[in-house]
Amino acid sequence: MSLMELKDVTKRFPGVVALRNMSLEIKPGEIHGLIGENGAGKSTLIKVLTGVYTPEEGTLIMEGKEVSFKNPREAAAHGIACVYQELNIVRLLSVTDNIFINKALKKKNSPLLEYEKMHEMAHEVMLSLGQNIDVKKECGSYGMGIQQMVEIAKAVLIDAKLIIMDEPTSSLGEKEVAQLMKTVRSLKEKGISILFVSHKLEELFELCDRVTVMRDGEHILTKDISEMDNDSLISAMVGRTLDNQYPKIETTRGKEALRVEHLNSTGLLKDVSFHANYGEILGFAGLVGAGRTETFRAIFGADGHDSGNIYINEKPATIKTPKDAIRQGIAFLTEDRKGQGLVLTQSVRTNLILSSMKKCKKGLFLDEKHIDQLTGDNVDGLKIKISDSKEAVGQLSGGNQQKVVIGKWINTNADIYIFDEPTRGIDVGAKVEVYNIMNNLIKAGKCVIMISSELPEIIGMSDRVIIMREGKIMGELSRDSDLLNQETIMKAAWGGAIQ
Amino acid sequence: MKTKKMKDIVSKAAPLLALILLFMILSVATDKFLTMNNMMNILRQTAVNGLISAAMLVVLITAGIDLSVGANAILCACVMGMLKNSLGITNPFILILACIITGLCVGFLNGLLLTKMHLPHPFVSTLGMKNVLCGLALLVVSTKTISDFPAGVTFLGSSNLFKSLDGFSGIPLCFVVLLLIYGVYHFFLNKTALGRMIYCVGGNPEAARLSGINSDNVLIFVYSLSGFMCAIAGLVIVGRSAVANPSAAISPYDTDAIAACIIGGASFMGGKGTIWGTLIGALMISTIRNGLTLLNTSSSVQYIVIGMVIIAAVFIDVTRSRMEAKARRLAAK
Repeated sequence: MSLMELKDVTKRFPGVVALRNMSLEIKPGEIHGLIGENGAGKSTLIKVLTGVYTPEEGTLIMEGKEVSFKNPREAAAHGIACVYQELNIVRLLSVTDNIFINKALKKKNSPLLEYEKMHEMAHEVMLSLGQNIDVKKECGSYGMGIQQMVEIAKAVLIDAKLIIMDEPTSSLGEKEVAQLMKTVRSLKEKGISILFVSHKLEELFELCDRVTVMRDGEHILTKDISEMDNDSLISAMVGRTLDNQYPKIETTRGKEALRVEHLNSTGLLKDVSFHANYGEILGFAGLVGAGRTETFRAIFGADGHDSGNIYINEKPATIKTPKDAIRQGIAFLTEDRKGQGLVLTQSVRTNLILSSMKKCKKGLFLDEKHIDQLTGDNVDGLKIKISDSKEAVGQLSGGNQQKVVIGKWINTNADIYIFDEPTRGIDVGAKVEVYNIMNNLIKAGKCVIMISSELPEIIGMSDRVIIMREGKIMGELSRDSDLLNQETIMKAAWGGAIQ
Repeated sequence: MKTKKMKDIVSKAAPLLALILLFMILSVATDKFLTMNNMMNILRQTAVNGLISAAMLVVLITAGIDLSVGANAILCACVMGMLKNSLGITNPFILILACIITGLCVGFLNGLLLTKMHLPHPFVSTLGMKNVLCGLALLVVSTKTISDFPAGVTFLGSSNLFKSLDGFSGIPLCFVVLLLIYGVYHFFLNKTALGRMIYCVGGNPEAARLSGINSDNVLIFVYSLSGFMCAIAGLVIVGRSAVANPSAAISPYDTDAIAACIIGGASFMGGKGTIWGTLIGALMISTIRNGLTLLNTSSSVQYIVIGMVIIAAVFIDVTRSRMEAKARRLAAK
C-alpha cells in the first residue's frame, strides 16, 4: 500500500491550470525525487500535499483512505511536514523555542513552560539528526545547514510520515549537503518517506529511489532512478533533448582587466591575489563561506577591506563604494537576486536602469524614449519574457528576474562582469540562456568572473578556475589542464593540494 | 489581463470615489455644505495639511516616517515671530528666508540622524526631534503668541483670488500654491532620476546601494525636502491664523499628514504613493472636519471620527499589501 497517492488532481488559478490531472504515488519509506522546470507546478503540488491549497478535482489517498486537507494544520495532523526553501526560523529565538514553536510543553497545572524537558527533547532530536549543538543558543547564530535541521526536527517531533523538502540544498555548502543526505537516509531507515524536490540532478541520483518528472502541471513519468540518466531526465523535463548543457565557446584571451594583490580583510580574506583577463570566463569555486562572495564584495566596494591593491586595466584603482566600482566599469550580479539585485515593487524598466539612471537623463527629466529603446533592446537581446515593461519585476519568474539584473548591468556598459551564483534557483532552459549571455559578453571582449557552487557549471563554462577555501586562494586550474575535474576541485576546496 | 487593469483602476480610484461619496452624503446632510464659499473653505483648510502631507509623502516612500513635521512647521513660524519681536526685523524677505532655512536645517538634521548616526528607524529619531522642536518653538518666543506679522509674510496664507463683492470669498492663494507645488512634485517624483531613485531606495535600499545609488544622500535629500515643505506650511499657518502660536506645535499635524498619505495609497512599507493620491487624502480629512463642524458636532466627536479614519486607512493599507503579495504569489506560479 502506498503512503500517499494523488489521483487526477487538478488545481486552477485565474488564467492558468497549475496542475492538470496530476498523479503521484509515494511508497512508505522511500526517497522520492520530484523535478521539473520552474513553473512546472512543483510548488503547487507541494501546497496541495500540505493543505495550503485544496484542489478542484482529484483525490488524495493516504494509507488507503481518502483524505482532504482544508489547511496546513490538518495535513500536519496526518503526518505531512514540509521544509520549505525559505526556512520558517525565528532567528532570535533559541533552537528549542523554534522546535517547539507551536507545541510548547507546559508544566502541570501551570501556565509556565517546561523548559528543562523541552531542551532535553530538542537536544535529543537534534542529536538523532547528527547535530550535537547547544539548543539554548539563538537559532540565527547557527548556519543555514543547522537551521534546516531545526526545521527537520520539527517534522520529526510531530511524527511525520512524509517530509517534503523543497530545494533543501540550494543554500547549503558541500559539507552541509553531505550531512543533509546522511540525515535524509537515516529518516528513510526510520520508515519516513521523503519527497525531495531539487534542481540538482546529481543529488537525485545519489539519494533517491524513484523520481517523478513534471512539466506544465502534468505528470510526465515516474521511474526508478537507476533506469534514468542525466540526459533522459533533462529531456523529460524540458520536452526536448539538450545535447549540450554548457554551450562553451572558444575566444581569444585579451589583456588583463582586473588584478587584485594581497587583499586582506580580518576574519574573512587572507592575502587574496589573482587576475582576470578580457575575453575569458574566470570561475571561482569553493564551499559556501570560502570567501568568494566576500572577495568580490570587497573589490566592488560593497564592504570595506583592510589592505590590498586593485588594478583595473593595469592601473591602480580606488574603490570605496559600489558607485566608484560602477564608474570604473565593474558590474556585480549579487547572489541574492531579490534582496540585493532588484527593487521588486518597481517596474521592469525602472530596474533595468537602476544602475545607469544618470545616463538616461535629458535635461532635468528622464529620457523616456531612450529608456523605451534600452528596455526594448534588453528584452530582445536577453530574451526577457514580459507582457509590459511597466509590470513590477516581482511578478516575473526567477529566470526572467535574473535576466533583468543582467540587463541592469549591461546598461552600465561595464567591462568587467562579476556573476555571483548567476543560475541559482532558475530552471534549466533559463540557465542555458544565462550561459549564452556570458558567452556573448566574452565574445564582445568583456571580462566575466563567475562564482558558482555548482561544479559542473564551473567546469563547463570557465576558461580558468580559481579555488578558494577559508578566505584563501588554494590554486588555479586552466581549462586545458587534465586536472580540471570535480574531484580535484573538491579536494582543493577541502584543503588538499592540487596535484 | 483586462480584469487586472480594471482592478488596478478601481484600487487607484477608490479614494476618489470615497471622497465623492463623502461629498454626496454631506450635501444631503446639511445644505450649508455644498456652497461655493464652503468649498473654498475646505480648500483653505486643506492647504496646511496638504503641504505637510507632501513633506510626509517623500519620507513614507523611502519606508521612513517624519513625526517632527508639525513641530517643524510651528518652529518655522515661531522663528519668524522671534526675529520680528526680539530683533525688530519686519522685512518679509528676511523673515521668509529664515523660516525656510529653519525648516531645511531641521530636515537635514533628521536625514543626518538617520544615515550618518545609524539610528535604527526614523520613528524614534523624529519623535525625539518633535519634542526638541516643540520645546524650541516655546523657547524662541518665550511661550508668547506673536501677532502683527507684515503683510508680505501673511500674504501666502491669507490672500484670496477673484474675490468679489457679491459674497464670493475667492479662491485661496495657499491652495493654488499647493496645487502648483503638487504639480512640481508630480514631475519630480515621476520624471526625474532622483524621483525614481527615491522609490527605489524605499523599495530596496540595499539593492539601490549595490546599484551605485548613494542611498544616504537620497535619504538626506528626502528629509531636507520634508523640512522645506514644513517651512512653507509654517508660512501658510502664520498667514491663515495671523499669529505664531508655539503651543500649536503639539497639534496632530503629523498624524493628519500620515492619514492623508495612506488614504492616498502610500504605504509604511515604502516604495509606493503618489502626490495626487495624497491630495485626495488631504481633501478627505478637511472635508470630514468641515462637514462635522457644519453638523455642529463637538470637537470630541471630530477627534474620534478622524482617529477611526486613520485606523481604517492603515487597515486598508495592510489589506492592500496582503492582496498584492497574494497576487504576486499567484502570478509567480
